[in-house]
Amino acid sequence: MSPAARGTGRKQIHLAAHFPGVNNTTVWTDPRSGSQIDFASFVHLARTAERGKLDFFFLAEGLRLRELKGRIHDLDVVGRPESLTVLSALAAVTHRLGLAGTVNATFNEPYELARRLSTLDHLSGGRAAWNVVTTSDAFTGENFRRGGYLDRADRYERAAEFVRLSKLLWDSWQPDAVLGEQDEGRFVGADAIGAVEHRGAHFSVEGRFTLPRAPQGHPVIIQAGDSAEGREFAAAGADVIFTGHGSLEDGKRFYADVKGRLARYGREPHQLKIMPGVTFALGDTEEEAAEHAAAIRRSQVGPQTAIAFLEQVWGRDMSAHDPDGPLPDIEPDLSEGVSQGRVPVKDRAAVAAKWRALAEEKNLSIRELVIEVTGRQTFVGTPRTVARLIDQHVQADAADGFILVPHLTPGGLDDFVDRVVPLLQERGVFRADYTGATLREHLELG
Amino acid sequence: MTAEAGRTVHLAVALDGAGWHPAAWREPTAAPRALFSARYWAGLVAEAERGLLDFVTIEDALGLQSTLPDGLDERTDQVRGRFDAVLLAARLAPLTSRIGLVPTATTTHTEPFHVAIGIATLDHVSGGRAGWRPQISARSFEARHFGRRRLPPLDTVLNRPGGADLSAHPHVRDLFEEAGDVVEAARRLWDSWDDDAEIRDVATGRFIDRDRLHYTDFAGRFFSVRGPSITPRPPQGQPVVAALAHARLPYEFAAAHADVVFVTPGSAEQARAIVTEIRELSPHVQIFADLVVFLGDDAARRKARLDELDGAELSSDAAIFTGHVRDLAEQLLDWQGAGIQGFRLRPGALPYDLWQIASGLTAELRARQAFRSRYEADTLRGLLGLPRPAGRHAEAR
Repeated sequence: MSPAARGTGRKQIHLAAHFPGVNNTTVWTDPRSGSQIDFASFVHLARTAERGKLDFFFLAEGLRLRELKGRIHDLDVVGRPESLTVLSALAAVTHRLGLAGTVNATFNEPYELARRLSTLDHLSGGRAAWNVVTTSDAFTGENFRRGGYLDRADRYERAAEFVRLSKLLWDSWQPDAVLGEQDEGRFVGADAIGAVEHRGAHFSVEGRFTLPRAPQGHPVIIQAGDSAEGREFAAAGADVIFTGHGSLEDGKRFYADVKGRLARYGREPHQLKIMPGVTFALGDTEEEAAEHAAAIRRSQVGPQTAIAFLEQVWGRDMSAHDPDGPLPDIEPDLSEGVSQGRVPVKDRAAVAAKWRALAEEKNLSIRELVIEVTGRQTFVGTPRTVARLIDQHVQADAADGFILVPHLTPGGLDDFVDRVVPLLQERGVFRADYTGATLREHLELG
Repeated sequence: MTAEAGRTVHLAVALDGAGWHPAAWREPTAAPRALFSARYWAGLVAEAERGLLDFVTIEDALGLQSTLPDGLDERTDQVRGRFDAVLLAARLAPLTSRIGLVPTATTTHTEPFHVAIGIATLDHVSGGRAGWRPQISARSFEARHFGRRRLPPLDTVLNRPGGADLSAHPHVRDLFEEAGDVVEAARRLWDSWDDDAEIRDVATGRFIDRDRLHYTDFAGRFFSVRGPSITPRPPQGQPVVAALAHARLPYEFAAAHADVVFVTPGSAEQARAIVTEIRELSPHVQIFADLVVFLGDDAARRKARLDELDGAELSSDAAIFTGHVRDLAEQLLDWQGAGIQGFRLRPGALPYDLWQIASGLTAELRARQAFRSRYEADTLRGLLGLPRPAGRHAEAR
């Protein structure tokens, strides 16, 4: 059924839950903040997402602890599990929820990773998704045999070859290859396990795969990132694109651009779902929601975090400055960055100039400035307002849905599920219950 | 512990496919079409936990099963295909609460960092019940699944009694050295976070005390790992490492790197000789004997039927026991007298021989005060009587 073919004639919204990550979006200073590593926290978030009938649960990945000024960054949450292992455990305590793991294509081998993803799909009854990412830095490479790094074009070329080869492996067993005919003595059918032979620029693999076709055939492929290479990669073979375009106008431009690329690959618009990552703050009234949002922002940007943000742009030690005082009259050091293990700030000179102008114009302290210029919540308001905004974005073709990023572990999704989801269901734009068993069915990828 | 200390044995079960006989999937009680379902494995591990066993192991390899030493045999009359064992163990963790989960993970073609955080995560999701059986991959056909290194064809038959000694192959010596490096790197990564590294100090805005995180800086002939781990220290501190060993080279590997070694004696006398050899290498490693078992009143008839169906008499690296659980209990205690501390039983057919172990064998051993009547610990290290080690950096602080 096409999305618009339902009774309401309105596009159906897709929603996912991002486990709170290791940047300052996650507020660990709140008394309600629980463990970031105990399995119970993952179970709570995943079960809440499933109670809300969300499409999938999403785990990010970072394979090297982040550093600032040559030392491990200690102001944000640090530490997380191996994605696919914790998702496999979650498959035992959820029944319909999709399970999406971010796994690096730069520091893995296709035969092994395709096998792990197929295992997750089998063990979850068809709920696995792979968010394909690549790594840009030799810094992360220091944890791996391969080490080193690839430039941007090579990274995406390798990732694309990685996914193509994975699909060959996933398809290599014929459907119904496992017969299990005890009397005839046929466990698998003759020639049911096909040979794979691949010679490419990045991989050279020959042999047979070790698993029957998975329930979804291929796990759902997610691509994260907004670059031209990333968009093309997504258009060629991804099922979901996880972007940062939360605003209506940005979203519409991005949506039109990416959907417009699909025809070249013989694909229909509904075969690639566009899901920006978004934050939210709720309140009983608009004023209360705005106050709640401001309070979250202050928690997300504590005094030390404000200085750390400044240092990433200025490229020098700023720890002697008072975060509640004015921006010091110092020029950025543009020679080299001070931050490792995260996406670098582009064009630091321009960013610094913009920040300075804003601080002067509004007479902001360092901390107030950083609160102003970083990570404002996407959706702020009463549950009714937030439901309306989400629906508006989707109906206006700025998105097919959203990946919700709560600021608290493990309870950060509770209010959204209890208060916003029912309103979306009332509007007829979000499922009242799961109608399919697999994530592909939830996402209507048909 | 309710049973008399010193006389009790540890019991583990090795899970693989439909059991260890190649025709096991043709037993009337087998469920061959369910082998690739979570439900099948959940049933097996629940049965093992009902029997109060110490742990289950889960076999794995980075290639299809084969009767040939190296390369595929194209047989369609035996089980082919396997899940990734670490993910399967994780899938079973929330369904169990006491039993240890020991998946195999290959050291040859994998990334040491990924394996280390995978096992650490298994320990977190199971509340301290994770183990790991590191295994080398010496087969050239598996190397071709990766295309990164060329290995010479392996022509040694592995499933002969007692197991094969591969150390004559120069490349195998390298693979064992690399495996030792992989375990060492993993152990350093598990210790790279002190237990109290997470401080959540609101006044200074610090989530962790970075002085309690440590670079691993492992550098060897084959790879290097900078660290620290991305995963906090596992609940057990160090998950249990177990190794299967048939000869001097793997004995040395196990003595240097493992907490538990699985050996394959054919008799009490051989068991005594193996124990003597390993004890010279390590006073600490726990020595388990592997046995393939066909149990019950009609065990011999069942095994004979499976041999006939497979077209060959079962051949194994481990000794094969066929008979009543009462006699198996006597044999285990006899081998215990030779210095064997525990047993990893490989059920000839699943689930039938596992039922026999979990209810029959454990009852026979219990009647001889040689097995627990309840779980006395909630971590795998606890069940094995291993203390929880302090982190290697914590003491230096």
